[in-house]
Amino acid sequence: MQRTESLVALHCLPPKIAVRICLGILLTSLIACVDGENRVNTGNRDGILHWGNASEPQTLDPHIATGVPESKIMLALMEGLVLKDTKTLEPIPGVAHSWDVSEDGRVYTFYLRENARWSNGDKLTAEDFVWSWWRALQPAIGNLYAYMFFPIKNAKAYYEGELKDFKQVGVHALDNYTLKVTLENPTPYFLQLLDHASLFPVHRGTIEKFGDADERGTRWTFEGNMVGNGAFQLNEWRINRHVSVSRNPHYWDAKNVKLNGVVFYPTENITTEERMYRSGQLHYTFEVPVDKVQSYRERNAEDLQIYPYLGSYFYRFNTRLPHFSDKRVRRALAMAVDREKISEHVLKAGQVPSYAITPPDTMGYFPESDLRFDPEQARKLLAEAGYPDGAGFPPSDILYNTSEEHRKVAVAIQQMWKQYLNIDVNLLNQEWKVYLDSASNGDFEIARASWIGDYVDPNNFLDMWLCNGGNNRTGWCNEEYDRLILEEAPTASNHAERIAIFTRAEKMLLADMPVLPIYIYTSKHLIHPAIKNFPQNILNQPSFKDIYLDPGDQQMEGGH
Amino acid sequence: MFRLALGRLLQAIPVLLAVITVTFLLVHSAPGGPFSADKAVPPEVIKALEAQYQLDQPLWNQYIDYLGDVLRWDFGPSYKYSGRSVNELIAAGLPITAELGLYAMLIALVIGVSAGVIASLRPNSPLDYLPMSGAMIGICMPSFLLGPLLVLIFGIYLDWLPVSGWGDNPGDKLLPSFTLGAAYAAYIARLSRGGMLEVLSQDYIRTARAKGLSEWRIVGKHALRGGLIPVVAFLGPAFAGLLGGSFVVETIFQIPGLGRFYVQAAFNRDYTMILGMTVFFATLIIVFNLLSDMLALWLDPKLRHELARGNNE
Repeated sequence: MQRTESLVALHCLPPKIAVRICLGILLTSLIACVDGENRVNTGNRDGILHWGNASEPQTLDPHIATGVPESKIMLALMEGLVLKDTKTLEPIPGVAHSWDVSEDGRVYTFYLRENARWSNGDKLTAEDFVWSWWRALQPAIGNLYAYMFFPIKNAKAYYEGELKDFKQVGVHALDNYTLKVTLENPTPYFLQLLDHASLFPVHRGTIEKFGDADERGTRWTFEGNMVGNGAFQLNEWRINRHVSVSRNPHYWDAKNVKLNGVVFYPTENITTEERMYRSGQLHYTFEVPVDKVQSYRERNAEDLQIYPYLGSYFYRFNTRLPHFSDKRVRRALAMAVDREKISEHVLKAGQVPSYAITPPDTMGYFPESDLRFDPEQARKLLAEAGYPDGAGFPPSDILYNTSEEHRKVAVAIQQMWKQYLNIDVNLLNQEWKVYLDSASNGDFEIARASWIGDYVDPNNFLDMWLCNGGNNRTGWCNEEYDRLILEEAPTASNHAERIAIFTRAEKMLLADMPVLPIYIYTSKHLIHPAIKNFPQNILNQPSFKDIYLDPGDQQMEGGH
Repeated sequence: MFRLALGRLLQAIPVLLAVITVTFLLVHSAPGGPFSADKAVPPEVIKALEAQYQLDQPLWNQYIDYLGDVLRWDFGPSYKYSGRSVNELIAAGLPITAELGLYAMLIALVIGVSAGVIASLRPNSPLDYLPMSGAMIGICMPSFLLGPLLVLIFGIYLDWLPVSGWGDNPGDKLLPSFTLGAAYAAYIARLSRGGMLEVLSQDYIRTARAKGLSEWRIVGKHALRGGLIPVVAFLGPAFAGLLGGSFVVETIFQIPGLGRFYVQAAFNRDYTMILGMTVFFATLIIVFNLLSDMLALWLDPKLRHELARGNNE
């Protein structure tokens, strides 16, 4: 109220004086702000990393969180049994200092570090893992990554309620520091899963202090409450401002942690994020606006990091519809897309044109594909299917969620189909949640989609096309394919045999083409030169305990 | 005046009820639910989640429950931000959005009224044209253009001011407040010029001039009070507009206010959050309109007189 009165008082003053007062206020505040040192420079000196993190975390509970931004924060706050070398993605010791694998590849025995501690100083034991994994499989918690546990014996049956006794699930603490995990099948990628947030240990005492073990939405992950076992601990969580973490003194490897802290900013608007980077407020951006990529390449190539990302961008065909039930039509459409042109002229950020669903070199697997850009052959196939020169092809929509990038790709493909096949398709954009509804209800003709790998293995890209796979959505179903993925691959006796099975399966998929592969993603970041020891990898996964900042590098000063 | 306020507050009840009902129906009929995700969500998870938030109840029950909660001013838990209540999220963003709105309004009033008054003193002279053309540009320039432009000039090229944030670095409040206030400054300038011109031609001003009062005294003491009535009437709707405009400005400048949550809530189908924010904003707008009417009444004796006569009859 007082402010309002003073406001009115200001107006009763003669205008000239009022103007002078206002100019005075404006100028003082202007002068007051000039020449503060930017965050990046102070951060370099104090060992604080300023990290653009896309959005306000939904939660930091590893059994509830699903987003990439959340996973980055959790990587700093928690640690699994086994970590990944950020350069090679090979498993390296985490909470477990070593492990044995039985000859048949079904039993893993993990030996935990006796000096592993929670951030409140409590000892971290094998029982903590058993309890955490029990919690992760409670349906009430609503864990969307429960499927990450399904390689473990009986985990799926327990999760789906067929089994009531958790003791029958293949995870047992032999003593305080030995954890035995029994798998359903030998699973070559099992060690990789241990570095996924949903398999991180959670602190039982803290969770039960703030609610039931399987209760969602309790306050255990909030500032002042959370206890973790990672290299860092939660320091401050200011809604929509930042989440800051600082060194965890109880961490087993604390002396080798180089940063003093990381501050994660919810940088929703990527244009603003880029400006923040330019003015020295961020060391790292979560994204780079497409229209800035070129200018960074020309003027500041050192800061721009573009790296292949384990993700596929593709279109789904709705094979339940009469005109898409013919695989010749689907193949024809796929052959009439000039992917090189899309990558080079539309996307412009190093995206790799793709002719298969699994990205190349996924765990030594290179998909074999006979798909290529061949308008001649495409026209022939379309004619065979009964649409010579596109005549009589039913009007169809390309459905995509509202985004400029998706629109550009769809426009390019629309033009290519018109040019090479003489068929007309319309573009249909829907807001994200509406699009999700349409896609999962099968209410589409052609729908844009993507899949980002959870772990580096072809299985992760191929098991979604099973007949009753929740992410299939194309209506395509091939029992032989199901058999390969569900029965043959898991029991393959060696790596080469397993790869051969996946190759056969993916060929089968591509021959029928219920999906139209377009490109492999790249991750794009602006990374300040002061950040050291930060290798890029296809999972785009950082290791905050290894990163350090070089205080000598002050070149961003001035922000140009 | 008290009776007027009371009447207006009573009128607010059906308005709020209508706002709640319409929003409630709209959010629940929008396609896509709060828990759908890119990856298929297992049916058992959906069931568990819907049970937890009572979304498995008939819509009618949910509506009645919600009205009960609103009466207790409890907007329920956010679906998206697990563990946070809508009240908590509003409480976190409100001081910031309010501060931004207040500064923007201050800037708008200071610039707008000064420009308007100066223009009205010398109508159809350069002193009139200059501020009024500026005002025209201000009205036409949307904040999503002005904001980045100011950032580019003052934040990047001149490096005088922070490009984002709110209260993190000294001076970071200036650009957002100015961006948000600029368009309103322009409106206010035009309104106060119009108001002043009308008042300055009135008889009592001529009387004041005839008495030999100084120009400053005439303008400052006699003309301004009447000349600003249109501006004051504009304040209520302007505050509502400021809240709307702050959504854009908050996104441009990375400000942790309410606007960003409101926009995100709609995208996330965070039902309780959308509803809570809508009810909250509706209440705020009603209150601001009432306040600005009261202020206009206080400034304009003619209106007060009419009101008193109306009450006596």
